[in-house]
Amino acid sequence: MAKQDLIGGSIWEEYSLKVQQLMNNPRNQGELTEEDAKRLGGELIIADYGAESCGDAVRLYWIVDPKTDRILDAKFKSFGCGTAIASSDTMVELCKGKTVDEAVKITNIDVEKAMRDTPDKPAVPPQKMHCSVMAYDVIKKAASLYKGVDMESFEDEIIVCECARVSLGTIREVIKLNDLKTVEEITDYTKAGAFCKSCIKPGGHEEREYYLVDILADVRKEMEEERLKEAVKRQESGEEVSFKDMTLVQKIKAIDSALDESIRQYLIMDGGNMEVLDIKQNGEYTDVYIRYLGACSGCASSTSGTLYAIESVLKEKLDPNIRVLPI
Amino acid sequence: MMKVYLDNNATTMVDPRVKAAMDPFFTEIYGNPNSLHDYGTACHPALRKAMDRMYEAIKARDEDDIVITSCATESNNWVLKGVYFDLIKNGEKDHIITTEVEHPSITATCRWLEEQGVRITYLPVNSDGIVEAHTVRDFITDKTALVSVMWANNETGAIFPIEEIAEICKEKGVLFHTDGVQAIGKIPVDVIKAGVDFMSFSAHKFHGPKGVGALYIRNGHPLTSLLHGGEHMGGRRSGTLNVAGIVGMGKAIELANYYLKFEEENVRRLRDKLEDAILELPDIYSVGPRENRTPNTILVSIRGVEGEAMLWDLNRAGIAASTGSACASENLEANPIMTAVGADSELAHTAVRLSLSRFTTEDEIDYTIEHFKNAVKRLREISSSYAYLPENMNTKQ
Repeated sequence: MAKQDLIGGSIWEEYSLKVQQLMNNPRNQGELTEEDAKRLGGELIIADYGAESCGDAVRLYWIVDPKTDRILDAKFKSFGCGTAIASSDTMVELCKGKTVDEAVKITNIDVEKAMRDTPDKPAVPPQKMHCSVMAYDVIKKAASLYKGVDMESFEDEIIVCECARVSLGTIREVIKLNDLKTVEEITDYTKAGAFCKSCIKPGGHEEREYYLVDILADVRKEMEEERLKEAVKRQESGEEVSFKDMTLVQKIKAIDSALDESIRQYLIMDGGNMEVLDIKQNGEYTDVYIRYLGACSGCASSTSGTLYAIESVLKEKLDPNIRVLPI
Repeated sequence: MMKVYLDNNATTMVDPRVKAAMDPFFTEIYGNPNSLHDYGTACHPALRKAMDRMYEAIKARDEDDIVITSCATESNNWVLKGVYFDLIKNGEKDHIITTEVEHPSITATCRWLEEQGVRITYLPVNSDGIVEAHTVRDFITDKTALVSVMWANNETGAIFPIEEIAEICKEKGVLFHTDGVQAIGKIPVDVIKAGVDFMSFSAHKFHGPKGVGALYIRNGHPLTSLLHGGEHMGGRRSGTLNVAGIVGMGKAIELANYYLKFEEENVRRLRDKLEDAILELPDIYSVGPRENRTPNTILVSIRGVEGEAMLWDLNRAGIAASTGSACASENLEANPIMTAVGADSELAHTAVRLSLSRFTTEDEIDYTIEHFKNAVKRLREISSSYAYLPENMNTKQ
């Protein structure tokens, strides 16, 4: 939130002039028929993508030369807002004259870039990126019809965010490498989820197979499991494990054995004792909650000298960031 | 090119007579009405007159309060949060009933209250776009603190059975609030006859200025304040009085009442003319029966044409309309009204709202009819889903 966001604007103000012109006068709207195909000596392909109930639907017409796989002519029809019309029109323009294999490589980002007025200013506001994705998907649909294969065969990897074209593999890797903890961080690092937001969590504009919230939860869980496995493995192999890399149970055991070695015997001699109630991670600190037993409880030194001794032992033996808090 | 403003349910032009009434309160009579000196007291006659006009317009009695706020959003927030603090937070009650089609200042506040642990029932509307009064009876319990149902719907203009709902609430001893924003100036509003406990309204919806609204409170019923800080509005709502705004709202509501008959006859006639002409086109539907709508509103669904695209074409012709289509907003969900009235899902993104005012002229309506038809024709020619190839021809043989 900042000055720019306080008044807000009309999304229409963010459309490039090219987008506006194409909304008003699309160049490639219309149909192609079997007669057109015969005249050009090609094969007619009609592909539909999207659904009116979702707010966008597009139909793509191609006439393809069966000998060279070249797209001889293309047209579209579209149910959708102006940017859907402009994106579809641009997509058709980009298809013309390409081979089917070349056309499949056109992405929604190519479509959006082709509608920019200047190279560095997006043609449409973020929530409208979605429209160009549909233009891209319908090409794959047309190509799959032409080749008689599944649409998925044109996708090498699983795409989580269609708008920014970010794959599942990339998102998982970025979370692990950068120790990301929130969806906002994923968006900052990869742009996934920055546009139509459907991929962030269920309930958005589109139903998705993968959502960022789930991916994040899964990867964090895997990272935690790996950390635990690593700690156990190192302990079992007799390797020194630093306090902060220990599992919770290992930490409790380590604290107890340190106390047994250096503290408890003196307390017992004086007719007292202590127990560890809980440990909590508090930012960089590990807070150890303890309770005094027997003669120790109520002893004047329990909040000064004794406490200081306990904390010093744990700091020295385990971790300098341990704090001891008597209850 | 003609300019035609048909988005009067969003906001209205300030009536020039309202502007004239407000004018002295900027550079001449600018004192703080709470001050002791002459500058302060000079405001009082006009403020009293404005308040009298408001009481008169909605038929409030002297023992009732009309507390001036900054807008109906504030009034709506105040009622819901006030009731939460007074009746729910202490464990006495735990439930509020509202509808699926309220203004966001009600629904978003209710969502927030849900996070605070309040149980909220969202009543559905029927295929005419109205909430049926008996549904309130079905859901009300002895733990219900408040029922909040709008008087007229902003998108469809559908008028809700406020009197019947108030009757049920009275019988069950539950407070009843209505958001009257879309009713004032369009249909007669009598808070006593209707039997409501609270009613929100806002000046800019009836040719008054933006930034001033009110909450009617029957018998001065206690309600924890939203804004603390002074003795303004009898201590109920702090903040230096918006003198010019209050004067403007007073004048605007007086005029709105004066023009009710005009609204009912002339505005309705123009609205019906526009609606008849639009409905001559094939595959266009309007939501809700005319006789149960505010006289200025039409919500139409145009098969095969997406709402924002329609707005774009109308705007190019100088005509301002509105759409609940998801594409036109940040939020990509389908229009809740279209879903609520059970329109088939293909129509969910095709709704366009046209809302007239007493300033709308016959010429403007004729011009709109012509350009509306042109826009539908152009967009249906582009449309992939209107009257083209049968489905089974879409795939390669």
